[in-house]
Amino acid sequence: MSKGQKLLNWIDDRFPLSSMLKEHVTEYYAPKNFNFWYFFGSLAMLVLVIQIVTGIFLTMNYKPDGNLNAAGVPVAFASVEYIMRDVAGGWIIRYMHSTGASMFFVVVYLHMFRGLIYGSYKQPRELVWLFGCLIFLCLMAEAFMGYLLPWGQMSFWGAQVIVNLFGSIPVIGPDLSVWIRGDFVVSDATLNRFFALHVIAVPLVLLALVVAHLIALHEVGSNNPDGVEIKKLKDENGIPLDGIPFHPYYTVKDIFGVAVFLIVFSAIVFFLPEMGGYFLEHPNFDQADPLKTPPHIAPVWYFTPFYAILRAIPSFLGTQVWGVIGMGAAVVVIAFLPWLDRSPIKSIRYRGPKFKFMLVLFIIAFIGLGILGAMPPTAGRTLISQILSFVYFAFFLGMPFYTKNDVGSVPVPTRVTETNGKRQLQFLVLVAITVIAAYLFATNV
Amino acid sequence: MKSKIRHLIAAMALVLPVSGTVLANEGPKLEKAPIDIQDTESLQRGAQLFSNYCLSCHSASAMRYNRLEDIGLSEEQIKANLLPDGAKIGDLMTVAMDKKDAKQWLGAAPPDLSLIARSRGADYLYAYLRGFYRDPTRPTGWNNLVFDKVGMPHVLWEMQGEQVLKTTKDAEGHEQHSLQLVKAGSLTKLENGKANTVEFDKRMADLTNYLVFIGEPAQVKRHQIGYVVLMFLGLLLLPLTYFLKKEYWKDVH
Amino acid sequence: MSEQQVDTGRRRFLTVATSAVGGVAVVGVATPFLMSFFPSERAKAAGAPVEVDISKLEPGQKVNVEWRGKPVWLLSRTKQQIADLPKNDPKLVDPKSEVEQQPKYCQNEGRSIKPELLVAVGICTHLGCSPTFRPDLAPADLGPEWLGGFYCPCHGSKFDLAARVFKGVPAPKNLEIPPHKYLSDTRLLIGDDK
Repeated sequence: MSKGQKLLNWIDDRFPLSSMLKEHVTEYYAPKNFNFWYFFGSLAMLVLVIQIVTGIFLTMNYKPDGNLNAAGVPVAFASVEYIMRDVAGGWIIRYMHSTGASMFFVVVYLHMFRGLIYGSYKQPRELVWLFGCLIFLCLMAEAFMGYLLPWGQMSFWGAQVIVNLFGSIPVIGPDLSVWIRGDFVVSDATLNRFFALHVIAVPLVLLALVVAHLIALHEVGSNNPDGVEIKKLKDENGIPLDGIPFHPYYTVKDIFGVAVFLIVFSAIVFFLPEMGGYFLEHPNFDQADPLKTPPHIAPVWYFTPFYAILRAIPSFLGTQVWGVIGMGAAVVVIAFLPWLDRSPIKSIRYRGPKFKFMLVLFIIAFIGLGILGAMPPTAGRTLISQILSFVYFAFFLGMPFYTKNDVGSVPVPTRVTETNGKRQLQFLVLVAITVIAAYLFATNV
Repeated sequence: MKSKIRHLIAAMALVLPVSGTVLANEGPKLEKAPIDIQDTESLQRGAQLFSNYCLSCHSASAMRYNRLEDIGLSEEQIKANLLPDGAKIGDLMTVAMDKKDAKQWLGAAPPDLSLIARSRGADYLYAYLRGFYRDPTRPTGWNNLVFDKVGMPHVLWEMQGEQVLKTTKDAEGHEQHSLQLVKAGSLTKLENGKANTVEFDKRMADLTNYLVFIGEPAQVKRHQIGYVVLMFLGLLLLPLTYFLKKEYWKDVH
Repeated sequence: MSEQQVDTGRRRFLTVATSAVGGVAVVGVATPFLMSFFPSERAKAAGAPVEVDISKLEPGQKVNVEWRGKPVWLLSRTKQQIADLPKNDPKLVDPKSEVEQQPKYCQNEGRSIKPELLVAVGICTHLGCSPTFRPDLAPADLGPEWLGGFYCPCHGSKFDLAARVFKGVPAPKNLEIPPHKYLSDTRLLIGDDK
């Protein structure tokens, strides 16, 4: 017996290392027909690691202090520039963190979209979906609090606006806002507590939720683009006929996905870190000034769809709280998908025309709302936001009705299908149409 | 699948006509500033202008004097031409004026300029530096075309001379503002009513260039490292991971 | 599963090659993080050499200057004090300054560039307290043989006027002499000797 084997045995007698590797990696069977949409889970884990590592190193040099230094610059704001200029390699770490924050949402939105089109939220994967929704909520909180830390104009005023939203809650609102802020306006107190929550509290919760998400997933096994339950058909050894062990096949495939992702990520970090003002917003290069409100306060791009819904809902009965409720409902309704969707068919490939139509409307609504949420409101834009908000909610709340008896023309197969060149081409055409339409909308609305 | 495309087009047909044709007005159209942060001579001229004209009121407190070695200046050159008395080469570009005094004297404290190029953009700064005009209604006697009622006096007037505001109406009856040089400065010429501002514009381009540089001194290095990283990833890591995947996946099916 | 033979050679090559390139990538990514640990520009500027004007320093007088957060003593030694230095040699741990606590150009009796001026870091080599200046001769607490020096109140270590440590005290080494140079007869630069 080799030394390595002896060591492994010693560990295995005390810790389930080999059995865990077998159960979750080398003898964990995943469907063999994973496509492009199945990269984003592992990429999300990668971005989480990137954010944690870059975050740790930023924390070594960042100071959460809203007071002005001798030059009249808030210490927190100055410490970010200290990282950008005086700390060796600091600017790389900073750009990786800011790019990672936006890429986290790109990856997570695409990951959630995969769940939507292939019915990955359906029985028996409801808990995977619920943990995922909780992760999404934590991610939004984490991003919101992280954005306050640079203490720029957009950091300050964005936080001011959002915390004031809580003030619109009847009766307890104003006191709640003061309690959240720790002060009567967003101030050093708010900055310090957001720092603590952003650096350690929410990341711990996120990590725990990710572990729960993966445990729930491994309990039932992954869904796939055909929506076929591979565990239904097993060979004489109990191995799913359409399954392949995660290692080496998906380890090797995910590593390729990582390489592609790193190219996109690096291109942004090194050549387009500001992304035209969408990843690093221009007003945030002005230090926070409680006495000067910027002409146009907009949330970071990944919040804009929900922000558009918030703004679209008018004041009613003397309170603005309906917009807040609407925005909250827009996030929470996602969690109810497993129970709203009454169709037994999982994958969009085999679903009926009603669902496909509504899904297309939903995509238009989500992207449209996102574009509108980044713009200053006008009467025309508010009207469109209201229509699109209605469409957004109709997609979810109408599901119990339009998914019943909505059957596609192609029957659900019992075995997974091969990749289809025609389908791939149609998909690319759809993406091109979507991008062009979004561009035309954004430049003309 | 054909139905999916049809559905998409149908849905779009509902939305697109509803989106109005109100063009978003984001402010006056700005001329593109001629920025080249690899032009170290331009940056050095800009550094000199900045030291002479800006640093008495504006700090650039995130920028160290010794960082100017990045634009080809030696420690001796920096000490001789750009370092204020009593400052050390490793010091930050802070300013002597107290913020409270400044606010009292000028109406608003002169902002720190370390990041002005990243928050306002080079085009805006280039227009601003050339956009001062005589305005007797203002306490300083000057106003600015892109920053109405600015508190800053025209510290560059000796070089530029004096401009006045001209208001005209265009074909649709909209008001158009422009500036006209009425008195030449040391870097501008007025010949038979025709203004030649080429020299002054070049100097303002240098100064804008410098402001872009101090906004992010690492940007040239960022691009250099970026090329190496993308070459490495695209030409080495990507093909290898691709072929590795393809090789193992020969087993499947 | 496929019918064809698995090309293990190719697999091994690709795995090794990808791992090697991946290893290079890891080193590349790790570099800025590890670099960030080095002193920043701010730390380097704060630790920059300090210029001192010594024109007004009287013989027998000691002034303190701060460099890299540490106290640096500038002691103008009198002719008598310079002459008395060799008398301490038998009582010292390292009278010839063989242990590297000073730059090469200060490896002499007076541990200085010019014998009239001692430049030393005022931190006891025992546990880091700052010793007191005791130029007085034969005081009651330091004994009749005391020719002037430094006494550390924390644990009783004693150093002579060349900052050399006496035998029989807790401190193991002579006080550190920082790199320094004369910019002129009246200006001293502490922290740089190039």
